[in-house]
Amino acid sequence: MDLSAINPAVLIASLMVSATPILLAAIGELVVEKSGVLNLGVEGMMITGAICGFAAAVETGSPVAGFIAAAVGASLLSLIFAVLTQYLLANQVATGLALTLFGLGFSAMIGQGYVGMKPPLTPDLRIPILSDIPVLGEILFRHDLMVYVSLALVAAVWAVLKYSRVGLILRAVGENHDAAHALGYKVIRIRILALMFGGACAGLGGAYLSLIRVPSWTQGMTAGAGWIALAIVVFASWKPWRVLLGAYLFGGITVLQLNLQAAGVKVPVQYLSMSPYLITILVLVIMSANRSRASLNAPASLGKSFHASY
Amino acid sequence: MTGTQKVLLAVEGITKAYPGVVANSDVSFEIREGEVHSLLGENGAGKSTLVKMIYGLVKPDSGRMTLRGGAYEPRKPGEARASGVAMVFQHFSLFDALNVAENVALGMENPPRLAELASRIRQVSEEYGLPLDPSRLVGDLSAGERQRVEIIRCLLQDPKLLIMDEPTSVLTPQEVDILFKTLRQLSAEGTAILYISHKLEEIRALCDSATILRRGKVVASCNPREKTARELAELMVGETLTPPARTGKAPGPVALDVTGLSVASPNPFGTSLQNIHMTVQKGEILGIAGVAGNGQDELLLALSGEIRTAADAVKIDGRGVGDLGPNERRRAGLVAAPEERLGHAAAPDMSLTENALLSGAVRKELVKGGMIDWPATRTFAEGVVKDFDVRTPGIGTAARALSGGNLQKFVIGRELSQEPSVIVVNQPTWGVDAAAAASIRQALIDRAAAGAAVVVISQDLDELLEIADRFCALNGGRLSAPRPVQGLTVDEIGLMMGGAHGMEVAHVHA
Repeated sequence: MDLSAINPAVLIASLMVSATPILLAAIGELVVEKSGVLNLGVEGMMITGAICGFAAAVETGSPVAGFIAAAVGASLLSLIFAVLTQYLLANQVATGLALTLFGLGFSAMIGQGYVGMKPPLTPDLRIPILSDIPVLGEILFRHDLMVYVSLALVAAVWAVLKYSRVGLILRAVGENHDAAHALGYKVIRIRILALMFGGACAGLGGAYLSLIRVPSWTQGMTAGAGWIALAIVVFASWKPWRVLLGAYLFGGITVLQLNLQAAGVKVPVQYLSMSPYLITILVLVIMSANRSRASLNAPASLGKSFHASY
Repeated sequence: MTGTQKVLLAVEGITKAYPGVVANSDVSFEIREGEVHSLLGENGAGKSTLVKMIYGLVKPDSGRMTLRGGAYEPRKPGEARASGVAMVFQHFSLFDALNVAENVALGMENPPRLAELASRIRQVSEEYGLPLDPSRLVGDLSAGERQRVEIIRCLLQDPKLLIMDEPTSVLTPQEVDILFKTLRQLSAEGTAILYISHKLEEIRALCDSATILRRGKVVASCNPREKTARELAELMVGETLTPPARTGKAPGPVALDVTGLSVASPNPFGTSLQNIHMTVQKGEILGIAGVAGNGQDELLLALSGEIRTAADAVKIDGRGVGDLGPNERRRAGLVAAPEERLGHAAAPDMSLTENALLSGAVRKELVKGGMIDWPATRTFAEGVVKDFDVRTPGIGTAARALSGGNLQKFVIGRELSQEPSVIVVNQPTWGVDAAAAASIRQALIDRAAAGAAVVVISQDLDELLEIADRFCALNGGRLSAPRPVQGLTVDEIGLMMGGAHGMEVAHVHA
C-alpha cells in the first residue's frame, strides 16, 4: 500500500469534476421541490441528457451543442412528467419512477449506435493569472466551463430563492398552493417552469458524465447518480449551499475511495465502493438532525397534486 | 352613511353554475362608497362564489358588474387589486413558513423592497391598532395575528372595497370589538366593506345594509339594524328554527377526570397543552371555547388516545387510561370525533359501512375471532344513517361523496350510537347548515340526558352557550377554570379566551 501516491491537490481538483453531475442534477431538483413537486425521475432525465448531449456533440463536433441538446432533451422529458402530474393529476411518485425507467430504456435505444465512440474534447479553461497560483490554481482555476457553470447555478438559485420576487413566489407555491392560487398566482404554470428548469439541470449533469467525466457512452452510465442527487436535496434541507456541500462530499469520497483502491488499502473493495453513499447520507442526516427546523424548510405542499377547486 | 354616497360596485344578474349545482342565480346588489354591506347566508348559499367572482378568482357565466360606473370584469385577482378591490380570506391565503413581510409582499402587485415594506407594515399596523412584527414567521402567529397580516396586506394597497370573508370566526369577543373599530374607521375614510358572515348579532352591530342569499338567490335586502336576529335567521334559513330542548337534571358521578395533562404538540406550529385539569360528570356537557390554534386539536388527540400520556392524567370512571390508545379507550367507554372530517374522522375513499367499522368495531363487537361481521356492521351503519338523518344514496357510498353536513352527521352519529359513557367532540357543527347543526346539538344533549359525560370543543360561542352546562376556554394551551354557563357575560367569556391578545383600538387620524 502506497498512500504517498495520492496527491491532495489533484484529489481536490478531481473531486470537483466528480461532483459536478450530481451537483447540477441536485440544484435543479431543489428548485423543483421548492415549487412543491417531487420528481423522482432525476435519474431518467440525467441519462437522457447524457445520451442527447453525447449524440449531439458527436454529430456536430461541438461540446457546447452537446450540452445545449442535453438540457433541451431532458427538459422535454420533464415536460412529459409535468403534463402527467400537473394537468392529468397523476401520482407524482409513480410518474417519477416511470420517468426513470422510460429514460433508461429510451437512452439505451438511442445510444446503440454510439457505444465505443469518443466525444469531442471539452477544453479546460486556464483562467489567466489565477490558474498560475501554486496549488490553488491547480485546484480551482483549471477546470472546464461546466464546473464554473454549476457553481454559478448554485449561487444563482440561492440568491433568487432568498432575495427575488420570483423566488418568493416559487417558495409560496411550494408552501401552500391553495393560498398562492387564491392570491392569483399561476400554480401550474410556475410548477411546469420549475420542472423544466430541473430537467435541464439534470440533463446538463448527465451530459457532463458522458462528455467530460467518463467520457464515452455506455448504457446505464449514470449508475444511481440521480438517486443520490435526490437524497442530497432532502438531506440538505432544501438549502442550496448544503446541496453543494453534499455533492462535493459525495464526489470527494468517491475520488478518495478510488485512490485508496488503487493504492491497495486492505479494506474490501465493496466497503470502499459503498462508502461515498454511506458517509454522504450520514453527514447530511446529522446536519439535519433537528427535525423541527428541517421540517420548517421543507416545502409544505411537496408531492401534493394541485387542482383549483373553483 | 346610507343613501347619500355614490354607488361603488353594482352587481347585476350574476349567474354561476357548476356541474350539478347553481352557485349563484341572477344575483344583483349594490355597494355604496364607505358603506359596510353584509352578505348573509348559510354555508352553501353561494356567498363565497359570489365574492370570488368580485375578486376575479371565478368568472361568472352571465351577468355584469360595474365599478364606479365603469365595466368591471376582473380576469384575475391582480386585476381586481389594481381596481382597488382587496380581500381578506377566511382560510388558505397565508404561508406558514414565510415571514410577515414576505406574506404581505405576495399579496401586492408591485411590492417595494422588503426592508421598506417592513417599515410600512409597522407604520400602517400602528395606525390601525394592529401591531405586527414584519420579521416573524406566520406559522408562529396566533389566529388573530394572522388575520392582522391579511388586513394589513389589504390596507397597504389603499383599497376602495375591502371584502372580508367570515373574519370573526377566529377572534375573541374583545378582538372582534377592536376589528369593528378598525372597520368603522376605514368606512369613515370612505372605504366600502363587503362583510360576509352568518353571525347575526355582528351584522346588526356593524353593517349598514344586508343582502341575504339562500340557495344561490337573493331572497331579501334590508337594513339589518331594523330587523331582529331571529327575523334575519329565518330569512337566511327559510324556515322556522327550533332551539334545542334541554331537560334540567342533576349530573351524576364524575366520568372523565383529567389531571395535570401536559402534552407537546406533534405539529411544528401547534400549541402544547400545559397542565390541564378538568372533570366532567355523567349527564353533563362541558363546553370548551377558544380561538383556533390554542390547543384544541392537541386536547382532542390527548383525550382520544392518539397522543398517550401518563396513565393517571386521563381517567375514565376512575380508571387511568392516559397510557392507552384509542381502541382501549373506546373499550373503556370514551368515543371521540375530531374536527377534520375527511382524513381524520373518516377515511375519504372508504364506504360508510367501512368507516362505521373503523370506529365501531370495538364497542359494537363487529369483529369476531379476527373476522369482520359484515351483516352486523351494515346494520350498525344503516342505524346511524337512519337515526341521524344522513342523506346518502346508501351505506356503500364513499365518505368523500357526502356533503360536509351529512358526513358530519354520520361521523357524530357513529360515535354517539356506541352507547359511550364519555363523548369528546371538536367543532361538531363546523361548516354544517343550520338544520343539521341543530340536530347534531340535540343529539349531544340527548346523549348527556341519557347519562353520558360530554366534552364539546368549539369555536362557536353561541353553540356552547346553547348546549353546555359548564364553560371554560383554552388559551395558549392552558384551560381556564370551568364556570356554570348561566350568568356568564360575553365580556367574561372573552377574558377567559385571552382577551384582546395585545391588540389596541385604532388610533384616530390627527
